[in-house]
Amino acid sequence: MVTTSEARVEAAFEELAVERPLLSKVKEFARKQPLGTFGAVIVLVMVFSALFADFIAPHDPINNSYEHILESYSSTYLLGTDQFGRDILSRIIYGARTALLVGFTAAIIGSVTGLVLGVASAFFGGRFDLLFQRVMDVFMAFPLIILALAVVSIFGTGIQNVIIAITIPFIPRCARVVRSSALAIREIPYIDAARANGFSNARIILRHMVPNVMAPFLIMITAFVGQAILLEASLSYLGLGVQEPVPAWGLMLQGGAEEYAESAPWVAIWPGVAVSLAVFGFNLFGDSVRDTLDPKLRSQ
Amino acid sequence: MKFPRLKFALPLAAGLALSFGMADSAHAVKSGGVLNFVVGSKIPSYDGHIEGTFGMIHPIRPFYSTLIRVNPDNPASPTDFVCDLCEGDLPKGEDGFKKYVFKIRQDVKFHDGTPLTADDIVATFKKIIFPPKGIASARKAFFKMVDSVEATGKYEVTFKLKFPSGSFIPSVAMPFNFVYAKKDLDSHGYTWHKTNINGSGAFSFVQHQPGSFVEGKKYAGYHHKGKPYLDGFKAISAPKMALRLQAIRGDRAAIEFRGFPPKARDDLVKALGDKITVQESDWNCILIATPNQKRKPFDDARVRRALSLALDRWGGSKYLSKIAIVKTVGGVVFPNHPLAATKEELVKIPGFGTDVAANRKEAMRLLKEAGHPNLKIDFNNRGVDQPYKVVGTWLIDQWKQIGVEAEQHVNPSPVFYDKLRKSHDFDVSIDFNCQSVVNPIADVTKYLGSAGNNYGQYEDAKLEEIYSRLLRAGTEAEQRTIMREYEQRAIGEMAHLIPTLWWYKINPHRSYVKGWKIAPSHYLNQHLDNIWLDK
Repeated sequence: MVTTSEARVEAAFEELAVERPLLSKVKEFARKQPLGTFGAVIVLVMVFSALFADFIAPHDPINNSYEHILESYSSTYLLGTDQFGRDILSRIIYGARTALLVGFTAAIIGSVTGLVLGVASAFFGGRFDLLFQRVMDVFMAFPLIILALAVVSIFGTGIQNVIIAITIPFIPRCARVVRSSALAIREIPYIDAARANGFSNARIILRHMVPNVMAPFLIMITAFVGQAILLEASLSYLGLGVQEPVPAWGLMLQGGAEEYAESAPWVAIWPGVAVSLAVFGFNLFGDSVRDTLDPKLRSQ
Repeated sequence: MKFPRLKFALPLAAGLALSFGMADSAHAVKSGGVLNFVVGSKIPSYDGHIEGTFGMIHPIRPFYSTLIRVNPDNPASPTDFVCDLCEGDLPKGEDGFKKYVFKIRQDVKFHDGTPLTADDIVATFKKIIFPPKGIASARKAFFKMVDSVEATGKYEVTFKLKFPSGSFIPSVAMPFNFVYAKKDLDSHGYTWHKTNINGSGAFSFVQHQPGSFVEGKKYAGYHHKGKPYLDGFKAISAPKMALRLQAIRGDRAAIEFRGFPPKARDDLVKALGDKITVQESDWNCILIATPNQKRKPFDDARVRRALSLALDRWGGSKYLSKIAIVKTVGGVVFPNHPLAATKEELVKIPGFGTDVAANRKEAMRLLKEAGHPNLKIDFNNRGVDQPYKVVGTWLIDQWKQIGVEAEQHVNPSPVFYDKLRKSHDFDVSIDFNCQSVVNPIADVTKYLGSAGNNYGQYEDAKLEEIYSRLLRAGTEAEQRTIMREYEQRAIGEMAHLIPTLWWYKINPHRSYVKGWKIAPSHYLNQHLDNIWLDK
């Protein structure tokens, strides 16, 4: 005969086992993390703009229109035009594509590489770990922007090189965080069991350790996307990122902000707002993901 | 009627210039004060004989004298030269214009106290014209006509030419021809002046804090009596234009001698009103697109001509002049010079016609005929906003109109120069022809494949032959005729180089800066001995 308390436990397990609908999860996330939801909305708007730029941008972002140089806000040019008569709104919409391409690519490649290297470093330990961590220390000694500047100086400008320049500084940062989580996992008996079963190192790392450090990894990815967008804008602003006439927010700031900030402030303001909002959105979203995934914070 | 506006504009401009001059001279010249000015480029070395940048000329030229110079009171004229270290009028050519004798002033001393004699002038020009092996001389090619330079007295220098040349005197007047002391060259060697300064200019060297400023003080023994008016100057390094503008606006600096874009001028005038005076001039500088003829399909004249035909130069002049330091449509010769093409002559050159639609239709036909209707270009540009990046972006847009897709690679100056001059790693590159003294016969050598400053990597025997005739042409009329033939060949028929627009110099400066007059080059009139401060 099943006791009342046993029935309660079973019911609780069943409740946990039932997958709640996505909408319900979203609602709960929105209720618990209003700021994170706001960040997520910004991210979604960015992604939407990037994906459907061809349909929603009112003008060709690289089409020079010399009759409309530095025009203020109007019904034709909602955010005004730049020094080449290009529509600023269209360039911002297309600029989201550049920002996300660089942001996601650099963040994903940097994080995944850092994940594998960090877990491997923790798993192998010993001299490999010692040497590997000293190499990471060297990379970590440089501020992000300095390291990115150095890399882009070596490889040259252009979108591919900007992605490389931003990816490289991300690797040690992710590897360091992931390693600390992986060190704890390495000591758990199931890893020893896997070893005893004769599983290969690669299998242990990829199948048994990596999935268990996904929480910090996901948090880092969201943080990295925001940082990558900011870095891309910084490099472009310094003239070392993507080049004209590619629509990119940092480049828009570089091209117009200095010369026209006073007489045509919209040239500088809107790309600046776009960069700030994007980074703000990713940071808010990243923080809330961390709060949601971290059991200590979740219980508070 | 041709040029109806010009008919009124010229007398008006002359009247304004006259009244400006009168107003200026109406003020009593005041001595004293320190002129602070901003410089937007670095100093590669102090040696004028090897450098070609305003980054060196602006802070270093005031320490040196030259044998002759552009008339400081009339620097706009391309033919008005006066003595600096020589005395009296400029020598008339003797022996069928193959011999020039300069009388040297006897009251000149270098800043270290050494008296200047003819030997110093000779040693200087021998270094420039006949440098020893391994010693660089940036303007050696300008003196191809010189056979010898000798001291024919303690204070007399004689130049003998291989053939008469109208470009000899303008070449001597170039501001880079700093006169060095023979004893410095003999005792310290030919590279000493790269890092040391001993001149006879209006100011003596005080200090150089690299990346920060160069300071000079009034040289009491200066040979132009009563000058300089200033007690000293400080050339402040400010690489960013915004910084230079703010320096003038905040009165941390009084002037920038290179030039600002129109918008910057308007902002300054709007903010400071009559505290700002603006001087403007055509500029002996043209921005060029150079196709690399060692790369296919740029060895095909049809492709190069198509790239030139795509450009709406007349429209570009109208619009780009609002946002960049370029303005004038012109051919190979400085637009204000008698040897320059008139508009009627220009529009006969492919790509200079006013019917843009027809030009572009022809361009697309040429590209199709050459087998490259969807041409892609690796475009090398310099990481300097004005005017390189602005004009570069305009070029990309113009080429897009004929279906040509250009990917721009904006590089910092050292990388840009390396790609342009050494590795030739480009399809088409931005290039420029910026000269100091307006000297068309010498200036147009840029378009010769054999010229040291031509990076198109081509040979054109016919063009060389035309230039050879041009160099020896006796009269201006003859020079003019041959110049048109040269122009049509270089930028029309063969389109070896693709001219964009000539630069336009705009110098807004604090109104208390008096005596300085704008020249058609940012290298000219930078000795500062005629500047005074009306404070």
